Amino acid sequence: MRLNIKFFLQIVLILILIIFVWIILNNLSINLSRTGIGFDFYWLSKPAGFSLAEKPLRYSPSDTYAWALFIGWINSLKVIFLSLIFATFIGILIGFARLNKNSFIGLISAGYITVIRQTPLLLQLMFWYFVGFLNLRNNNFLNFNQIINFSVQGIDLFGIKFSSEFSALLFGLSIFSSAFIAEVIRGGILSVPFGQWEAFRSLGLSERTGFIKIIIPQALPAFIPGLTSQYLNLAKNSTLAIAVGYSDIYAINDTIINQTGRAIECFIILLSSFLILNLLITNIMGLINKLIISSRK
Amino acid sequence: METVLIAKNITKSFSKGINALNKVSFTLVKGKVLVIMGPSGSGKSTLIRTINGLETFDEGELNVLGIKIDSNIDERKIKKIRRRVGMVFQQFNLFPHLTILENITLAPINVQKRQQTEAEEFGMYLLSQMGIDSHAKKYPNQLSGGEQQRVAIVRALALKPELLLFDEPTSALDPERINEVLDAMRNLANQGMTMVVVTHEIDFAKEVSDKVLFLDNGKVIEISSPDIFFSNASHERSRKFLNQLDKN
Ligand SMILES: Nc1ncnc2c1ncn2[C@@H]1O[C@H](COP(=O)(O)OP(=O)(O)OP(=O)(O)O)[C@@H](O)[C@H]1O
Ligand SMILES: [Mg+2]
Repeated sequence: MRLNIKFFLQIVLILILIIFVWIILNNLSINLSRTGIGFDFYWLSKPAGFSLAEKPLRYSPSDTYAWALFIGWINSLKVIFLSLIFATFIGILIGFARLNKNSFIGLISAGYITVIRQTPLLLQLMFWYFVGFLNLRNNNFLNFNQIINFSVQGIDLFGIKFSSEFSALLFGLSIFSSAFIAEVIRGGILSVPFGQWEAFRSLGLSERTGFIKIIIPQALPAFIPGLTSQYLNLAKNSTLAIAVGYSDIYAINDTIINQTGRAIECFIILLSSFLILNLLITNIMGLINKLIISSRK
Repeated sequence: METVLIAKNITKSFSKGINALNKVSFTLVKGKVLVIMGPSGSGKSTLIRTINGLETFDEGELNVLGIKIDSNIDERKIKKIRRRVGMVFQQFNLFPHLTILENITLAPINVQKRQQTEAEEFGMYLLSQMGIDSHAKKYPNQLSGGEQQRVAIVRALALKPELLLFDEPTSALDPERINEVLDAMRNLANQGMTMVVVTHEIDFAKEVSDKVLFLDNGKVIEISSPDIFFSNASHERSRKFLNQLDKN
């Protein structure tokens, strides 16, 4: 009897799924035939026609769509990779500081985490862009010749130029993610049994030595799942680049859709881009996890 | 006779109004064994942990190996004490990511700045004294509870402590594993180690201890020699407690 109900439910679910997929496919084909564009990827080799503000490689509007997308890819990777590093670094600092209960730095870091986690990322990006970076060039006292210079193009640090859009996105993503990473770090450290602290203390080890030699190694495996999911979030959140006008893979796909109407192809490109990227992150983190485990056995 | 430990009116409360320790005073002479007994929640762990500064206290004075501490926390003094006082915990608290030998040599190398080879040699010697030197390269989770606790004792001994603290060292062990740990402790006592032991093991206390301190609700009810405490305890509260223990 029990089994029959289960079986029946499964059949119903499968039917619903089939109907759902059928409706979507039907919609698609109606759309496709209505716009008369068809479905193919040949357009990728045609000239894109639009210009890009952010181009780490040589690019001009006469280059192909494929090349424009590739530039978008690189822009995405650049901002994701750098944000990931900064966010981790800041997150670790804040996470450690947060462990000092009742102290000044403990309070500050708790405040930081609360404020950052409870405001939307979009808002924060806008803040960094409009309040932070767009008007920096008017802030004369921040200009140190030869070291850091601000201009309409953005920041010039030791001769390396960062656009206002990139800087705002980098800042926003790093700071937003760092608050979540700080909580991951704190949670990982709190997952180490209190007896471990008492054991190293009773042996006369200093707090610093004990923290580095006893607590951190045991907290590392607990960091990995949380960090992985924060890194995946960071990668996905990077698509908000469009809000500050940074040409990441999502923004470029958006432009192409507007220009050519190739929505389905672009969605497929985006989908596979992020699938690959996230699989990459997951696998690298899995590898790091394996390294940690094998280093102790 | 050299006095190793003097506690004077140690008082401590975790929450207002309830004293985990209430004017606890006692002394311990070098080479002697003090056993602390008392019902659950009476403050035994809190008391023994104040001795090496794992727990602070609100009032009173403590003199450990000539180092005086009071309610004002002095990290430097506490560190000095910890270098000379070893502790063994109920849950062993071995470092799971380090091998047995690394567990043992960690403090000698990092705290006493001894050479690694010298620390390892001494560690191996201590392990062989306990009959567990064959486990040196293993990790804690590969050992039985009794073996782990003996490693924990060796870890404490590696710093050549002048005083050893034990907080219910056999309570987390299977019954058939208890004796190997008690035997190790017996040997230490016979070699003249000064020890404070929180335990419910009556036979061990009878045989090894020089004094029994009975604690209830944070108060010292009596401090007697084991002969008197176990046969003719002077207080009603102690007798009740011992009856309870006998039944279990
Ligand atoms: N960290 C703490 N915070 C608040 N209260 C505590 C803390 N540690 C102990 N206490 C309280 O202090 C009292 C004494 O606890 P303690 O652990 O010293 O007792 P114990 O005699 O060791 O008990 P047991 O036999 O169960 O180990 C108890 O009432 C306990 O609830
Ligand atoms: Mg206890």
